[in-house]
Amino acid sequence: MNEFWIILTASIVAINAALLGCFLLLRKMSMVGDAISHAVLPGIVVAYYLSGDKTSILLLIGATLTGVLTSYLITFLSKKARIQGDASIGITYTLLFAVGMIMISTWLKGNVDIDMECVLYGDVALINLDKIIIDGNLYIGPRAFYVEIIAFAIIIVSLLWGYKGFKILSFNEDYAQSLGIRTGRWHYFLMTLVSLTTVVAFEVVGAILVVGFLIVPPATAQLLTNRLPFMLIVAALVGIVSAIGGYYLAVWLNVSITAAMIVVSGLIFSLAFIYVRFRERLGNKSVTEHLPI
Amino acid sequence: MNNCAIEVHNLTTTYGGAPVLWDIDFELPAGQIIGIIGPNGSGKTTLLKTIMGLLEPSSGYVKIFDQDLEKMRERIAYVPQRESVDWDFPATVEDVVMMGRYRKANLFRRSNRTDLAVVAESIEKVGLTPFKKRQIAQLSGGQQQRVFIARALAQKADVYLMDEPFVGVDAATENAILSLLEEMKAQGKTVLIIHHDLQTVSDYFDYLVLLNTRLIAKGTPQEVLTKENLSNAYGGQLTLLAKVANLIKENEFPIREKDMDL
Repeated sequence: MNEFWIILTASIVAINAALLGCFLLLRKMSMVGDAISHAVLPGIVVAYYLSGDKTSILLLIGATLTGVLTSYLITFLSKKARIQGDASIGITYTLLFAVGMIMISTWLKGNVDIDMECVLYGDVALINLDKIIIDGNLYIGPRAFYVEIIAFAIIIVSLLWGYKGFKILSFNEDYAQSLGIRTGRWHYFLMTLVSLTTVVAFEVVGAILVVGFLIVPPATAQLLTNRLPFMLIVAALVGIVSAIGGYYLAVWLNVSITAAMIVVSGLIFSLAFIYVRFRERLGNKSVTEHLPI
Repeated sequence: MNNCAIEVHNLTTTYGGAPVLWDIDFELPAGQIIGIIGPNGSGKTTLLKTIMGLLEPSSGYVKIFDQDLEKMRERIAYVPQRESVDWDFPATVEDVVMMGRYRKANLFRRSNRTDLAVVAESIEKVGLTPFKKRQIAQLSGGQQQRVFIARALAQKADVYLMDEPFVGVDAATENAILSLLEEMKAQGKTVLIIHHDLQTVSDYFDYLVLLNTRLIAKGTPQEVLTKENLSNAYGGQLTLLAKVANLIKENEFPIREKDMDL
């Protein structure tokens, strides 16, 4: 039963990250996802310190807002202070992450629930320790699963509702703005969803490897598809297959489950890459011949 | 001007403290094909983006048909530079042209039958109907440019702002765009086009704006393409200037005989 919950929870983490990662990838902002996943640390610590509970709503909101603040700071530094885009990402997230580290080592010293190990690597194998039991003895699954499923519902509803907005923001932001669409609001809406994803995922897969889930499945999907709806679906499927495959790889080799999941997604990416190159070799000539001029 | 499509009043736009546009002031006639010319870095794109409200001017204002831009969004369409987007985006020609139907108000609705008909019609106008299901990465540069123009046509606007639509396109696309411009002019549309090829300006445009941070000249091609104006705008770019001077001679534009130390 533990195995079932681990695979299911990890799959939902992978789907959430893959869906939002597609939009980050298309906007060439994948590393902003990386930055957010690290920079939410002080938000998590402050909220935990105030609430004393790792899964409280306050913690989710506090940490998510820190993520949005991160994306705001990155934009501010690159636009207003004229610092190069990648440098402003580096400044912002290392600074916030460092503050979070200091907070953990002072406020939460010796705390059993949150330490650097947990924040950086998470541990999907341990999610079953935090169970939800109703009616005294009916076990209905780990708490992390329910947190993920709520995040999943929020993300699905947001993407279905705002699909056209996210699409035009990702393809051509200037043009969207010229139509009178408030691109700033859409940007921060997307950043909020990305923050939420990384905050709820940090306990399960850790702050470092969630980035793998944000980038690798979407990159694989972009190689294989040429319409956005298919890209989203394929990215989610790659995420699920990585989660399932990674779990069994980890059990087989007796290694970290999350790491094995990312390794599997990397393998899928490599296979897709080889397949596409091979297909191009064979088919390229016929495609160009049909292009007039 | 009693039939004025775009009024730019004392417009200054700065980028990091340095002015890119300085005190630009002009009124553009409606129903004409208007060219914006000037050397690289003279603020042509910035002018277009400021008119379109994508950049905030430091001072001055822009009016479209004597109204604020926000009220006129429905009537003005923007064609950005082709290089400004990543054409590997997973979308077909139809998907991109459909974006021309997106509005703040209909973003949460599905596209309706009118939208689909307008999109099909716009694709037909630029001659891309056989390619409508093709992914945009699998198009030639000229075809990609036509996708952008079709997307603007789908907006059903009265004023069109195009940023370098003739750059890097094949002859077929150039002709397609030119005949489209003729058609748009016949329908009374106003088209403002950034152009860099001085050899073709007098063929393509009814009216010209010559720019180099400041407004150098505006008017008909004959009025604008004088040696004095061009040397004011292009300064030391001698080879180019010599080429243009010859061209003007060939086209028998009035130029003064003195000062030919090119």
